[in-house]
Parts: sequence; structure tokens; C-alpha cells
Amino acid sequence: MADLKARIAARTAKELKDGDVVNLGIGLPTLVANYIPDDVHIVIHSENGFTGLSEEVKEGDEHPDVINSGGCFVRHTPEANFFDTAMSFSIIRGGHVDATVLGAMQVDEKGNLANWIIPGKMVAGMGGAMDLVVGARKVIISMLHTQKGKHKILKECNLPLTAVKCVDMIITEMGVMEITDDGIVLKELHPDFTLEEIQEATGCELIISPDLKPMEEA
Amino acid sequence: MIRKIMTADEAVADINDGASVMVGGFLGTGTPEILMDALVRKGVKHLTIICNDGGLPAKDGKPARGVGKLLEKGMVDHLIASHVGMNPLVGQGMNDGTLKCTLVPQGTLAERIRAAGAGLGGVLTPTGVGTMIAEGKETLTIDGKEYLLEKPLKAEFALCRASECDDFGNFRCNLATKNFNGVMALAADTVIIASERIIKTGENHPDDFVVPGIFVDRIVGGEMPWLI
Repeated sequence: MADLKARIAARTAKELKDGDVVNLGIGLPTLVANYIPDDVHIVIHSENGFTGLSEEVKEGDEHPDVINSGGCFVRHTPEANFFDTAMSFSIIRGGHVDATVLGAMQVDEKGNLANWIIPGKMVAGMGGAMDLVVGARKVIISMLHTQKGKHKILKECNLPLTAVKCVDMIITEMGVMEITDDGIVLKELHPDFTLEEIQEATGCELIISPDLKPMEEA
Repeated sequence: MIRKIMTADEAVADINDGASVMVGGFLGTGTPEILMDALVRKGVKHLTIICNDGGLPAKDGKPARGVGKLLEKGMVDHLIASHVGMNPLVGQGMNDGTLKCTLVPQGTLAERIRAAGAGLGGVLTPTGVGTMIAEGKETLTIDGKEYLLEKPLKAEFALCRASECDDFGNFRCNLATKNFNGVMALAADTVIIASERIIKTGENHPDDFVVPGIFVDRIVGGEMPWLI
């Protein structure tokens, strides 16, 4: 499982360009930072109030005033800038974040996203996710293709939405997909899987790109 | 002018049962812990708390943080927050019917508070359009794009944390402790800050303080860095 998550994170990292301002969600998306090539310099935005997020710190090395949005003590880069929540979300909604990488409970073929609540079960709240997927220029969902075999990529989400038509791209251990007006286009397929297998693991019809490539390994 | 400086217990003395209270902080970072402790000592109940989150619960021998301290004592009737997943007490309270929780997207929460403090009738945001957050709210289409009208959010009290202030109340929040502390200072009838350091007016350059002291009614010293 760790290998699959590493694969997804490494492939996601290739989507980020030099100079991008990027917001990475908690969990798998956070791993993406470990796979950015040395010659690509990105600025990581942390929605609790700064740009220039660096790695988590070890116990005993924490600064009490510097956490990331998951509540972990972290370092900041030399070019970091700290600001309040109103500024942080002006950056997000104002289109100043080039890409956000988030996980999902469900994504559908229209690009609708559900990742904040399971009524009656999970009441985590949306935090900054609703603002991020509406405001970021590119929304990448990086996640395991299914929830223990249960479809997460669907014809239509049935959980309450985080936002409407907001997802641009889905990256899983099985492949790389883009959301288009016609539906979900499979652009890359991982060599471990066949077209039949990825289609079976998907709750809507995949459009196979005429230019289908093998998914790039890290 | 030093008349604003008092103890934490004096500062919260008129926060009574049923009060609405904004609390700065993000998962405890930037929350005025000594004011949380003072509220717990006072034992006030039925509070409406407006905060980014539910703070953190007591865990592994460490005490609860931020509004987690108030939730732990059952002092909160209504929590208005953006993320409550890190404190299981919120989910429990909602399930057993002792706590009402209103979830607001984080950016919208900040702007609703800022709107109240800035004299605006609300904000138009694309966040939440087409979701259950939009239910019962007015939408407007501006230049072809749909927005939700989100109304101002104010409170009787705001409890904010400063890293440094002067004895007039001008203050600064270091690094990632800023979060909601600045906007909340605009949006409450009575603003109380707890500061790590208090200096005399004039000892710092005016540029060193970001939040104007004119918002601040009461200053409490002795806020400590969070001991990890």
C-alpha cells in the first residue's frame, strides 16, 4: 500500500511546474513534496497562514508557533511569508494558487467532488477544501483508485459535494485521468493493470485517449 | 495608557452563560490558552463559540488545547467552525444532542467575521455554490459567475492571542499564530487579548504592530509558548 501511495505521489509531482504555488492536502497529497525534482522549485501554501511550507520537524525540534494545516509542527523555507486567514483564503479564492492536490471520497465524470462529509458517520467538516477546489487554478485528486474495491470514481457522486465541476485531473495507482466535457479520459495506464481492470474498478465509462501512454514510474 | 491591563479572571468576569465568543487559533496554535483556562475556572455554560475548529482533546497525558478545554467541560452549546475532525468530542456532542455544530468553509468564516468588523453587509463568494452550504442562501450572478451571499458574523466577545503587544493594545501575532486573531478583533463588542509580552507604548516602532490597539478593550499578560 505504501508503494502504491508513493507511486501516486511521485506521478503527481510531475504535474507541478517550476515556480508553481501549490497547496497539498493532508495524507497522501502531503507525500507529493518528497518527489519534486531538485531543479523544480515550488512554493507550498499552508492554508493556516503561510507560503513556504517545508518538512515536518522531529520531536524536540518544534517551534510552537509553526504548524501546518494538519496540526503538525513544521519548518518553513527562507522565503516564507506568514499571514492571517483572510489573506490566506484571498490567495486561494483569488486564483493565486496554481495547483491543489487533495484526496477524495468520490469524484464523478462531471468533475464534481465529495470529500468532506459522510452524513450520519463522519463530521470532520470541510476546513479549507471548499475554498481550495473553487479557487485553485488546477485541482488534482490523488488517491487510491477504489475504497477497498468500492468505486470512488463514479457517474455521479451521491455524497454531499465539496464543489461542482471543479476537478481537472485524477491520479491513482492504476492510471492518470483528465476530466473533460465529454467525461473522464484515461491518458496513462499503469503497466500492472489492463484496460479491463481499470474500467472494472471505475464506476463510469472511461474514454480511452487515442494517445494512451504507460503511467510513468517514479 | 495602562488601564486595560488586568488578570485573566478579571478579563473574563462578565462572560456569562449563553454568551457568544470568538476564539482565535488554528488547532490551538494562536489560541489564548490562559483565557480558555479562566473560562473553565469561571465555569460558564451554554456558550456559542466561533472558532476555526474544535481545538484538540486531551491525549497521551497532554491537556486539551484551545476550545477543546471548553468542550471537555460541556460549556459549549453551539460551535461555529470549519473543521472539527481533530476533536472527537465534537462528533460525540452532536450525536448525543448536547452540541450544535455549524460548519462554515474556512475562507468564508474569515470573510464573514471580517465583514462584520468592516461594516459590510456580507460577502459574495463562489465557495459552496451547488453544495449543501448553499441551502437557504441567496445567490447572485455577477459577470456570468454565480456567488453565494454570506452574511456577517459577529459576537459579544473575541478572545485573541498576541505574541507581543504594547500597553495600548496594539499587537502582533508571530508566524502561524495569526490565523483568525486579527479579523476577530474587529468583530466583537468586547475584545480581550492575552499576550506573551507586554511592552510600553513607544518602545517598539509602530510598524512592528499589525493589529490596531483601538480594537482592544482588555489586555492580559502571561500567555505562554505552548509547551510541547
